[in-house]
Amino acid sequence: MDLKQAQAWLNTFFISIEEHKAYLSELDNPIGDGDHGFNMARGCTAAKAALEATPPTDLNGLFKSVGMSLLSKVGGAAGPLYGSVFLAFAKASLERNPSDDYAAFLRTGLEAIVLRGKATVGEKTMVDVWHPFIEQFPHSASVTVIDALVEATKPLKATKGRAAYLGDRSIGHTDPGSFSSGLLFKAFIRSVSL
Amino acid sequence: MKKILNAPQDVVEEMMQGMAKAHSDLVYRVGTTRVLARRYEGKGKVGLISGGGSGHEPTHAGFVGQGMLSAAVFGDVFTSPTPDQVYEAIKAADQGAGVFMIIKNYTGDVMNFELAKEMAEADGIAVDYCITKDDIAVEDSLYSDGQRGVAGTIFVHKILGYHAEQGASLAELKALSETLLPHMKTIGLALGAAIVPEQGKPGFMLADDEIEFGIGIHGEPGYQKVKLQPSQAMAQELYRRLAKALDLKKGDDVVVLVNGMGGTPLMEQYVFAHDVYALLEADGVNAVKSMVGDYMTSIEMAGLSLTLFKISDKAWLDALNAPVQTIAW
Repeated sequence: MDLKQAQAWLNTFFISIEEHKAYLSELDNPIGDGDHGFNMARGCTAAKAALEATPPTDLNGLFKSVGMSLLSKVGGAAGPLYGSVFLAFAKASLERNPSDDYAAFLRTGLEAIVLRGKATVGEKTMVDVWHPFIEQFPHSASVTVIDALVEATKPLKATKGRAAYLGDRSIGHTDPGSFSSGLLFKAFIRSVSL
Repeated sequence: MKKILNAPQDVVEEMMQGMAKAHSDLVYRVGTTRVLARRYEGKGKVGLISGGGSGHEPTHAGFVGQGMLSAAVFGDVFTSPTPDQVYEAIKAADQGAGVFMIIKNYTGDVMNFELAKEMAEADGIAVDYCITKDDIAVEDSLYSDGQRGVAGTIFVHKILGYHAEQGASLAELKALSETLLPHMKTIGLALGAAIVPEQGKPGFMLADDEIEFGIGIHGEPGYQKVKLQPSQAMAQELYRRLAKALDLKKGDDVVVLVNGMGGTPLMEQYVFAHDVYALLEADGVNAVKSMVGDYMTSIEMAGLSLTLFKISDKAWLDALNAPVQTIAW
């Protein structure tokens, strides 16, 4: 993975967050507080501006800059979760090129999410997209599979995160963090040669 | 929406500037950050910080000053502050002995404060923290994994603040917080919802003749909606649950905090307090100290919360009664 590919990945992600911000907030309405899309869009806009102001020279610089922007601009719980993901990517890309082992690279992001959010599989959080996507990689590298993983969060009952208080009433709704994670992976498979 | 403001997105910024100017003898704003810190330095003492979403004034900045918090960090309205801003508060509070953070139990707050701790530790500042979860109304909630941190938190600010001022170490403050926390319990009730300026509409709906027990300080759902009832019945409902959770017995000493949520007049808060005293008296429980007023609000939400703090160690009461210089204690 070279810098150009990684930039294409993130730009695609930023654009799809912007395109889906209203929908993401709508998903967040019944089971959260309806701000996931707007918060993420604010963070992505800030990340884009920071990259333009100070263009990174390597993968580490790119991921670090994006991580810090998301940490400082998204707020709520999504900020620290996505911010930690990119800081983990920054660290991982110092050790070896992500393309040496994409699954291992992405797993560093998942580990950051689990460390920060303390969620496990099946609790209706973004972990429910991250975990199977990485475990099934590279077979999971298709839009159809990613959509299916996101869709699969619908019947789950939330036991972590802000939807947890709803208990059974969370069943039947797509988890917004899973949806935005799906956008990240779709951007990934579109931009990176596997 | 009918509010005294300019642009909704500027509320926190303008409030901070106003607060810093109005109380410039006590606090100052750290650069252009979301942090208000105390003028008193407290060299060599552990710094104490707290913070969270805005909209709970006078919490948190109202408790910044000698003998209480060293600094407070402001998030957007009902939104956790970001870790870089919490880290600014840590830096402002650090006087060489490390920094202790008092975090209310909300998912975003916990994550953002923990991240700030990691940032500070990477820069060589020792940081520890406690998480308050005094609201016994519901187990999990809209923004929290487990019970919510609410009005009882101000007792933690005060008692830890007193001990930090006396020179307690980071480890001693941590141990003290763990001893204190199980002794304070809170439940709230609402008559009507707050309006977050940027959203422009009420966070939840109650009928004209309806109240909700167990509501959170961000309008999170409680455990029961009932028809409006006399203050005595409301007091009875909240008191019974708190007394049970604290296992109150004849002869116990408690501190009573009747906390207005922002839209309830003091007149009504005192009526409610009067009803609480009757219940305490009937149970033979002594109210050794009382506080009545708006301490941990929810913008203009009509309602209040009742906190009972069971005093098992007389030193806690002394720490609460020690003089401080803050905006709001």
